[in-house]
Amino acid sequence: MGDLLAMMFNTTVFAAALRMATPLIFAALGGIISERSGVVNIALEGMMLTGSFTAMFVTHLTGLPWVGALGAMAAGALMGLLHALFCVRYRSNQVVTGTAINIFAGGLTVFLLRHFFGSAGTSPQVTVIKDITIPVLSQIPWVDKVLGRQNPLVYLAFVAVAVVHVVIYKTPWGLRLRAVGEHPQAADTVGVNVYRMRYTAVAISGALAALGGTYLSIAHLSRFSEGMTAGRGFIALAAVIFGKWTPLGALGACLFFGYGDALQMRLSDVGIPTQFLNMLPYVMTMVALAGFIGKAVGPKASGQPYIKG
Amino acid sequence: MWTKLKSLPWYEVLLPLVAVVLALLIGSGFILYVGENPLEAYRILFTESLGSMRNIATTLQRATPLMFTGLAVAFAFRVGLFNIGAEGQLYMGAFAAVWVGITFDLPRFIHLPLAILAAMVGGALWASIAGYLKAKLGVHEVINSIMLNFIALFLTDWLVTGPFHGGSWVPETVRIKPSATLTRIYLPTRLTTAIYLAVAVAAVVYVILWRTKRGYELRAVGLNPEAAEYAGISVSRNLLIGMAISGALAGLAGAEQILGLHNRFIVRFSSDLGFMGVAVALLGKNHPVGVLLAAVLFGALQSGSAALDRLTSVPRELITIIQGLIIFFVAAEYLIRRLLRLKEDA
Repeated sequence: MGDLLAMMFNTTVFAAALRMATPLIFAALGGIISERSGVVNIALEGMMLTGSFTAMFVTHLTGLPWVGALGAMAAGALMGLLHALFCVRYRSNQVVTGTAINIFAGGLTVFLLRHFFGSAGTSPQVTVIKDITIPVLSQIPWVDKVLGRQNPLVYLAFVAVAVVHVVIYKTPWGLRLRAVGEHPQAADTVGVNVYRMRYTAVAISGALAALGGTYLSIAHLSRFSEGMTAGRGFIALAAVIFGKWTPLGALGACLFFGYGDALQMRLSDVGIPTQFLNMLPYVMTMVALAGFIGKAVGPKASGQPYIKG
Repeated sequence: MWTKLKSLPWYEVLLPLVAVVLALLIGSGFILYVGENPLEAYRILFTESLGSMRNIATTLQRATPLMFTGLAVAFAFRVGLFNIGAEGQLYMGAFAAVWVGITFDLPRFIHLPLAILAAMVGGALWASIAGYLKAKLGVHEVINSIMLNFIALFLTDWLVTGPFHGGSWVPETVRIKPSATLTRIYLPTRLTTAIYLAVAVAAVVYVILWRTKRGYELRAVGLNPEAAEYAGISVSRNLLIGMAISGALAGLAGAEQILGLHNRFIVRFSSDLGFMGVAVALLGKNHPVGVLLAAVLFGALQSGSAALDRLTSVPRELITIIQGLIIFFVAAEYLIRRLLRLKEDA
């Protein structure tokens, strides 16, 4: 038992938790922005995967991982626009279109992988975004082991949370975004372009999810492999709901899920099946939805196509 | 003009056909991109999936689980429920089937039906969790179904690598007893009697939905829950029943996979069969006959895909791309309607 506790509060585990949480945080922020505009995004998984592939591919071509990250965000934004095109313009069912994106992205990434590299499983190795040491943080005992030396994307994830929080709650754009997701008719009446808001929001959502995918292929690992997101897009979706559609709430959920992820590598050594930890985010989200831990209620117009009257 | 067109019965067939044609057209862009001839690639796809009795049998074998998951999703849609959880229900059904298949020693005429029944119960119970939360607490079934998919995945993963591990280095159970297996009907393909079951079940679904009082109630709830409630139909009761039946149908896909194809539970054996069920249901316009046809189309695409790798430089994932595109277009009725109208005006 003492061993278990020591393991649970181990700095290495905390550091690993941050790394596991990073792709989730980016994708969850994307999910929040999309849902806040009134577009359900179950396509986070496919958008992440698109990002993972593109980041690897652009880095492979240029040798510059940061350019790879930008390329991934552009590709993710394109996937977002595709989602928005069908959801906003063609008024398709958003869950169905999300499913289509996930299947399409799964097929496309492997199609391109095999076309360019001839291999089914994994891409060749590429340059990665290297870990950095933060001068101040690395001076503080205990904290240095967790936060002192991490990947730039890990730090960027926290910055992104702050930015998205400020944008959603403190800027006119954020106010319009929330209005469009809660009551599009009213927003339209006061002159907000509902369609444009939703296109923009879903494109940003795709770019953020893709940045989460970027972390997986050119920071955490140094190659793309088939289906490498492995359901993380859905865990991010769970974090969105569990965090009640707020950036800070989602951050908390992602950190918790990331912690569970980091812990499972160790708990399996003690004989606790990892599958139960894997299930945790999903079970907790169901419990949250059922209203046992304060009812989780999404934006009102989420999922509803808006038809300009 | 449009309203007149819409009243014609072939309108129901036209939209899915246009969706498939659009998907194949865009797919040909991908074929051109890798430097092959789209017509040639599609010809290969066609002959390899439907060009001989043996190929047709393989296509039908690939189509069988999709018929079940397609019927499952379509049934739920008719009740106004979006069952995106067929994948998880399939896994739970499959596990129930493998459990019965391994555990009991019974004569075939009891063992096989029992295993199939177990799969239906497994799928129905799993779906009922989302059904209950929807009917009693008003929680939307989509998110819960997605969550339940993953929970089922990890639960069966644990069962199969833990308590029910077959002992080899492969994450799978031992084989089920021969008395619980479905009979192969066209050797050397793996097509089994499950195809008959699928067609029979489609007929039963039709009868339930359109020829019984219960079906009338279920569809009434699907069309307009407020009106149904006002007419004295219990919405929550019908949501529960609808979700349970849908889950039972998805469980049958699990039964087919275990009792017909794999004869054991291999961890994560389903290649998105549940999600493809959504595509099949939509393409089949949520009608049992449409679902069977749509499943055959998807089965054909899948059974022909291996030949793409063998005979062309087009990666077989072209098929996944086309399936994804079909889902886009089949959901975009509004787009297709506008495309067709444009053509008429010209």
